[in-house]
Amino acid sequence: MKNFNGNLLFLDKSDINTDEIIPAKYLTENFKDALKPHLLEDLKIAGFDPGRDLRDKRAVISRANFGCGSSREHAPWALEENGITIVIAENFARIFRQNMFNCGMLAVELPAADIEEIFKTFSASPARLSVDFAADSVTVQGAGGEKKYTYRIAAFDKSLVEAGGWVDYADGKY
Amino acid sequence: MGKTTAQKIFEAHLVDKPFEDVQVLRLDRVFCHEITTPIALNDLIARGRDRVFDASKIKVVIDHVSPAKDSKTALQGKILRDWSRRHKIDDFFDIGSNGVCHAIFPEKGFVRPGFAVIMGDSHTCTHGAFGAFAAGVGTTDLEVGILKGVCAFRTPKTMRFRITGKLRQGVFAKDVILAIIAKIGVNGATDRVMEFHGPVIDGFSMESRMTLCNMAVEAGGTSGICMPDAVTVDYLWPFISGEFSSKEAALAQYRQWASDPDAVYDGTVELDVSGLEPVMTVGYKPDEIKTVREMRGTPVDQVYIGSCTNGRYEDLREVAAIVRGKRVNPRLRAILAPATTAVFNRALEDGLIKVFLDAGFCVTNPTCGACLGMSNGVLAEGEVCASTSNRNFSGRMGKGGMVHLVSPATAAATAIAGHIENSSAFQG
Repeated sequence: MKNFNGNLLFLDKSDINTDEIIPAKYLTENFKDALKPHLLEDLKIAGFDPGRDLRDKRAVISRANFGCGSSREHAPWALEENGITIVIAENFARIFRQNMFNCGMLAVELPAADIEEIFKTFSASPARLSVDFAADSVTVQGAGGEKKYTYRIAAFDKSLVEAGGWVDYADGKY
Repeated sequence: MGKTTAQKIFEAHLVDKPFEDVQVLRLDRVFCHEITTPIALNDLIARGRDRVFDASKIKVVIDHVSPAKDSKTALQGKILRDWSRRHKIDDFFDIGSNGVCHAIFPEKGFVRPGFAVIMGDSHTCTHGAFGAFAAGVGTTDLEVGILKGVCAFRTPKTMRFRITGKLRQGVFAKDVILAIIAKIGVNGATDRVMEFHGPVIDGFSMESRMTLCNMAVEAGGTSGICMPDAVTVDYLWPFISGEFSSKEAALAQYRQWASDPDAVYDGTVELDVSGLEPVMTVGYKPDEIKTVREMRGTPVDQVYIGSCTNGRYEDLREVAAIVRGKRVNPRLRAILAPATTAVFNRALEDGLIKVFLDAGFCVTNPTCGACLGMSNGVLAEGEVCASTSNRNFSGRMGKGGMVHLVSPATAAATAIAGHIENSSAFQG
């Protein structure tokens, strides 16, 4: 299973689409590592600089409908190539969410009030996320203190994360 | 208790229920293109599992960058071409006989009512126009689909959209789906099937139904679905006439896939379109719309007509009706990409291509190209495009570019006027 603990990147915007996560012009790459320098390069949020802000990050927190748009699995791949293996959001577009779990990554949904609280309490200074996968909880630590949030995850999605992805799961079973 | 079309298809295709609320379905079709498939194939080879579940159910096209524009896209094409030959996948459509995936696969009769279909492309929801369950998936789901012929889905809920009234002249399926998306928002149908009903849909051609279902994903929908009816049978008849004794017999069988009158829905949305005017997107999300009338005069640098949303023959006919005998305004440039080789050919035979060329359109081969800013009409920073495609995300057709999504008629009127214009300005 992947490591989900590390520094948190705050992306305070709803409806971040997969074109913003990795622009279509890079879909011609035949190898995943070529995606690494281009993660979030077209995302426009005041003050956000991917070159600076992605450094040493392992987790992303955003708002509603994260990963909408194209089906490109290049979006989770580009995240993982940059060391990011977990995204927390109010909710996700279906295909992006499934792609995350199919890659053994975590797409965690928290209520809007929890997301709002995390942004309010922790986004002003560096914050760190730790995940208790067995207990379905995440803990945010930063200058604003420490707070634990419990999430709900479907049993199937959890088993995909444990299996390391859908190919091995399916090939063994069907 | 009655069932929805999606529920019927799920029951008929169920292979496994590994967990509550997850169903693994047997697939009738796995569609592939050169952007999302090669990495799946490379992974299968690396795993020592270079196999396909059923070569006759896999359909392959090179469409996104066609012909190849550089070494990387040439390699993507080569991987797909070699794989199709290696596994004797007969339905492989290379340049010269290709088309945009969601236009060419229906045109070949590959989608039937009651089918379960996946593709590594979000606009796979288009094929629900035939009364099928068709969903876009990522590369890993595609890889398992190719290898095992199955895909896992959360048990979907279905939203019912009842479209009533009478469309005014100059208002089309594109305007209707943009109005629907604006009404429910870009995640208004996430994890839900969007079922389209009502007299307006009943009166739509298959082309218009595909335009409608194509954009279901822009509201987050898993699949758009229209009820199979006589229009569906007429469209499919050249492919199914050997299977049925009559169209009535085909209709009787296909109708079984239609939702039952007492099916249970996760909400119904009613929309009377009698007052609907031509609309267009104005921001960077497909749910941000205004009427074309309000936006009339907005400067445009490029008009693009094509894509899996609006590059079919019916769309080209609407464009020709407006641009015939006129010239594209020199303030902008206009690109028209017929969605498939067959559409191109028919437009050529019927004289439409000549109409477009005489008007000053750049007519190109079929490709997805410009719609996602890969080739064939990429925008420069600060440029604006009126496009018949389906996504207006920031930078979608080129970094720093802006896209207004419009119907083919609005796109045509805009090309002639040199700025955003209603098609009514050039009619009657």
